[in-house]
Amino acid sequence: MAKLLEIENLQTHFFTSVGVVRAVDGISYDVNEGETIAIVGESGCGKSVGALSILRLVANPPGRVVGGSIRFQGRDLLKLSEEEIRDVRGKDIAMVFQEPMTSLNPVLTIGRQLTETLQQHLGMSREQADARAIELLGLVGIAEPERRLKQYPHHFSGGMRQRVMIAMALCCEPKLIIADEPTTALDVTIQAQILELMKDLTRRLGVALIVITHNLGIVARYADRVNVMYAGKIIESGTADEIYHDPQHPYTLALLKSVPRMDRPRQARLDPVQGQPPDLMRLDNGCAFRPRCNFAVAGCAQRIPPLEQVGAPGHLAACWESRTVAGALERAS
Amino acid sequence: MTVLDTQAPGTTPAGAGVRSHNRRPANAPDLVTVSNLKMHFPVTEGALVPRVVAHVKAVDGVSFTIRKGETLGLVGESGCGKTTTGRCILRLEHATGGEILFDGKNLLDLDRKSMNALRQKIQVIFQDPYSSLNPRMKIGDIIAEPMYVHQTEPDKAARDARVAELLGLCGLDPKFADRYPHEMSGGQRQRVGIARALSVRPEFIICDEAISALDVSIQAQIINLLEDLRDEFNLTYLFIAHDLSVVRHLCHRVAVMYLGKIVELADCDELYNNPMHPYTQALLAAVPVPDPEVERQRAHQIVKGEVPSPMNPPSGCVFHPRCRLAVENCARAVPEFRELRPGHWVACSVI
Repeated sequence: MAKLLEIENLQTHFFTSVGVVRAVDGISYDVNEGETIAIVGESGCGKSVGALSILRLVANPPGRVVGGSIRFQGRDLLKLSEEEIRDVRGKDIAMVFQEPMTSLNPVLTIGRQLTETLQQHLGMSREQADARAIELLGLVGIAEPERRLKQYPHHFSGGMRQRVMIAMALCCEPKLIIADEPTTALDVTIQAQILELMKDLTRRLGVALIVITHNLGIVARYADRVNVMYAGKIIESGTADEIYHDPQHPYTLALLKSVPRMDRPRQARLDPVQGQPPDLMRLDNGCAFRPRCNFAVAGCAQRIPPLEQVGAPGHLAACWESRTVAGALERAS
Repeated sequence: MTVLDTQAPGTTPAGAGVRSHNRRPANAPDLVTVSNLKMHFPVTEGALVPRVVAHVKAVDGVSFTIRKGETLGLVGESGCGKTTTGRCILRLEHATGGEILFDGKNLLDLDRKSMNALRQKIQVIFQDPYSSLNPRMKIGDIIAEPMYVHQTEPDKAARDARVAELLGLCGLDPKFADRYPHEMSGGQRQRVGIARALSVRPEFIICDEAISALDVSIQAQIINLLEDLRDEFNLTYLFIAHDLSVVRHLCHRVAVMYLGKIVELADCDELYNNPMHPYTQALLAAVPVPDPEVERQRAHQIVKGEVPSPMNPPSGCVFHPRCRLAVENCARAVPEFRELRPGHWVACSVI
């Protein structure tokens, strides 16, 4: 499969009055055409900032991409002019945000917001754009699209707004959609509807998808490959099966063990990740996870472990003790 | 049918090997009895002379009991009335009908003074640890305030000692008493919320989405804390949540709400192993399991449509427009809440 997006050593830092926050601190990963990649991690781990950096949507100041490259179909997005990147946004790479309530403009009709992109990027006439918008709303499962086109966001429920957002993302037939917590604000039955819709559409239209989420269940159901982030770094990367059945980083292992599972007997007690996530302003030269880690050894404080191949090609983990971690999940269950 | 009938090979059926204290306390007396609770909010029109044009039936005839020491889970999607039910018990809303017995007293009949006295026994933990703590108060003062209001610890030194004890109990450093909420993470703030609820030694705590706003790794810490406190102080919880796997882990019995009504109520293991109401089945099927292998084998039946407006609920069974089993009669007759198996109540006339 051809590589669509290649991110190399991306660093996005925030320069605040109290210090530099290294929100994204050297992440590298590829996205192949038509593939679904999940980025998992807790709040503040840099998963959203990493994704926003792709489209250069991080507010500057205080944020700035200070290093690395993001090659999309061979072009480095970080080197494009403002004009050129605007052409990429919404056309080649589209975005679906978490909050369907705040990411639609409340004073414009749904139709206006959909056709704006079409007219802007594809140079369609008003009539062509309207026809295409109706088609798109039908595609995402909104009934009576002609009537709905004339309505405002407040006429739509949360799930319906997220469908509109997906229709907007699909407008220009992008190669890649970045979905930042697309269903976190939605109810579980609506979440299932939206995720099935996204899976179906991306497979059918051959669109690659980056899903950012903290829900391990969603990742298991929909992702081909998974990147686990912690404190601004990718700490493990692999296929969904590798991550869930053979985690090699203690954080991935701890995360999997901490969630109650409906398909397993009820546990006597949950096994939480101890402690709190680190302060991104006060990271040292050691592994950021070591204060919470059950496998930590003296060497963990000395040097940051690199993301290296463990086991099969493509399965990477950043841990000095990954050999000890390997198999711990099976031993535990 | 069971929703998770596609278990990974080698796993035992859910519910096997449950620890003893996750069983419902057998002979404990009922602490809370809610009967036919109704909360209809009026919808008005006209600015000068408002007239009532409709009612939002947020809670429409809800009944359940909670035994002392028991945890009842109340689950459902947003707008189903689960939070309003909790707020009615706290008398933060004035219920428009029904009865709420707490320890034999009807909360809806109490005057302000006796209700305030009783509030010491009924406490609440809110969802959002950011907005439920006053940003201008120190943590110590936040936790001490209920003790001051109820005069359970009239002496300042005794209050301070109790604050330190509570912080330790909730897994926080007693030094945090001098800090402000903004200096703490979400998980730590939720621990403060729990310490505040415990400060007046309540019997009954309503946890309204108490862990929903927290990160996955922190959720497990708070769930364990809630369990430990329940065991230590013989607390009774009403656990309002939408995360079904957490509810299964923590609760003895579970009530499923839809559009202001309870559609199914059963012991936790019974409900998850043998869900009978089509809505419960759909709800359970919609929760993804964190295991790609299990997910590949699961049948994903997805409930269509959305929750209708509670201002204008469907006739008959409120779930019928989305129900895969619905027959003609469902649109006409309101299904009776029947006990189909011992302790397993379902409001569906088809099954």
